[in-house]
Amino acid sequence: MSWFEKLIPSRIRTEATNIKKKDIPEGLWHQCPSCNTVLYRQDLERNNEVCPKCNHHMRINARRRLDIFLDPEGREEIANNIGPIDILKFKDSKKYKDRLAAAQKQTGEKDALLVNKGTVFGVPVVVAAFDFEFMGGSMGSVVGERFVQGVNVSLREKIPFIIFTASGGARMQEALFSLMQMAKTSAALTRLAEQGIPYISVLTDPTMGGVSASFAMLGDVQIAEPKALIGFAGPRVIEQTVRETLPEGFQRSEFLLEKGAIDRIIHRNELRTEISDLLSMFQHRARPEGISQVTEAEPVVLKEPVAGEVPEELIEKEASSLDAIIEGEIPAANNLPIQNTTK
Amino acid sequence: MNPDYLDFEQPIAKLQAQIEELRSVSDQDINLTDDVARLEKKAESLTTSIFSKLTAKQVGQIARHPKRPYTLDIVNGICTDFQELHGDRMYADDHATVGGIARFEGRPVMIIGHQKGRDTKENIRRNFGMPRPEGYRKALRLLRLAEKFHLPVLTFIDTAGAYPGIGAEERGQSEAIARNLFEMAKLKTPIIATIMGEGGSGGALAIGVGDIVQMMQYSTYSVISPEGCASILWKSADKAAEAAEAMGITAQKLHALGLVDRIIPEPIGGAHRDYAATMDSLREAIKGSLREVGALNTQQLLDRRYERLMSYGQFES
Repeated sequence: MSWFEKLIPSRIRTEATNIKKKDIPEGLWHQCPSCNTVLYRQDLERNNEVCPKCNHHMRINARRRLDIFLDPEGREEIANNIGPIDILKFKDSKKYKDRLAAAQKQTGEKDALLVNKGTVFGVPVVVAAFDFEFMGGSMGSVVGERFVQGVNVSLREKIPFIIFTASGGARMQEALFSLMQMAKTSAALTRLAEQGIPYISVLTDPTMGGVSASFAMLGDVQIAEPKALIGFAGPRVIEQTVRETLPEGFQRSEFLLEKGAIDRIIHRNELRTEISDLLSMFQHRARPEGISQVTEAEPVVLKEPVAGEVPEELIEKEASSLDAIIEGEIPAANNLPIQNTTK
Repeated sequence: MNPDYLDFEQPIAKLQAQIEELRSVSDQDINLTDDVARLEKKAESLTTSIFSKLTAKQVGQIARHPKRPYTLDIVNGICTDFQELHGDRMYADDHATVGGIARFEGRPVMIIGHQKGRDTKENIRRNFGMPRPEGYRKALRLLRLAEKFHLPVLTFIDTAGAYPGIGAEERGQSEAIARNLFEMAKLKTPIIATIMGEGGSGGALAIGVGDIVQMMQYSTYSVISPEGCASILWKSADKAAEAAEAMGITAQKLHALGLVDRIIPEPIGGAHRDYAATMDSLREAIKGSLREVGALNTQQLLDRRYERLMSYGQFES
């Protein structure tokens, strides 16, 4: 509202611009950050948050991930009693305690990793999924402990373990405790390997830093969603260090496949069937019956708004840039030798 | 300012300059030995006092001191018969990581450590002590060799971190680090990891999983460099001192938190002031650590290592 309109008493103010807003509920439309198409929210949901037009895989939270992947019945949450504490009384521009509270309120979760025991086409599995919305999916003590407890359930019941990663890396507010989670989680995986229990790692956008440099890269099979950012150091850091322009598609799934770092790139809509079939072969089982019964999903017929029909402010947009709390994003200057004797 | 001294050590530098001056005068018939002795005593107590209340940032400065002993100095100092072993058998020989077989107290051991350079030329060759994936893969090869021939492994950590470069990413920096964490967790031979200078994040941890993790008194160990942490969380690299304090990167703090088993004392003024004393201290610590893990059989050793790794973390339940 302009200053001029504000001067007019509300009684006589024309409300032309507000009429449309009333008619269109919020959250009905969503703009694809990749191709900018304004998408009908329902279409997007039906397509598992993948843009029906350009196949851009949007980030999804852990609950949604588990809903897409697991059978709806018979799920059991693992280690959800475990919550974070601020052991170091860490305070930067904000207190860690406050950041935690804000993240918990925003996501409704206690921390950045959810672990479920459940079934896929009736076959029991343990699945862990990261919530990138929770402090950039950063790994602290809770993520490490929940991961290990998930692995322990896999070991006890001899069922496969699957992880969906989405993380900026270690959680700086837990300092060395978070670094040690890399060692802790990787060590737990040695037990799965000894027992010959399959471990599948699915890398989603983004998977960086300490998460990438530990369990994310230790899968028996490494799968990635299309165009996910995957790497150790953040692209900006590398650019500043080497002072070169990064190659096209650098650190994206397709790049990693080309370099031999991952086995396959699989569309989100096919992860359930593909992984389930893969596991059945590792475990010498027949192809799960349910798979062949999966009907081809109906192609989503795009419903697009007529130009100008939807007011700009009613279109949900997602932030495309990485969350700030990303360990991979170390400024290059700090990795260069530091001359600390005084002149 | 004296470049041999760090900014907070300048009062000591001033005293040392006076001592030198007196000494040179003292040569010419005038006996100033008493004054020199008095000043030397004063310099020592001043050093002790400054070093008794170092901030985390100052410890970080000592850890990065360009004269600090590096892996090859240590090998020369505490081992004999060192034979350096090179290459990862896949791509290249990483010069920021060195390793090989040697005798420690007469007993064969495997050495793996980071190596920085002393001058610009050597630093470029050593990539400023920042390993590329082939460094971690060389380390892994040596770890397996150690396992095969029942050699205890001594690792020496001193890196700002794994190198953030295009080639490093292309060749799988993440996988190389992850693989080492995995393999070290189950390696059937004792591993003693010593943080010598900078323990920089995953690049340090990738040779830092062990049965005993010990830190030199003025070394640091952190998930991210204080500068990196400051520029992300405080949005300004100038807040590095605060970040260093908040993360608790010093041996003292990490020992108190139970993340490090042992602190190895350094000579007054830091390891670089007295190599011989540093080596004595290091030798004693490693001897003690080897004795401790030497009492265990392989299964006990692996169980103990696993339990220790599983114990990392603080949370409410």
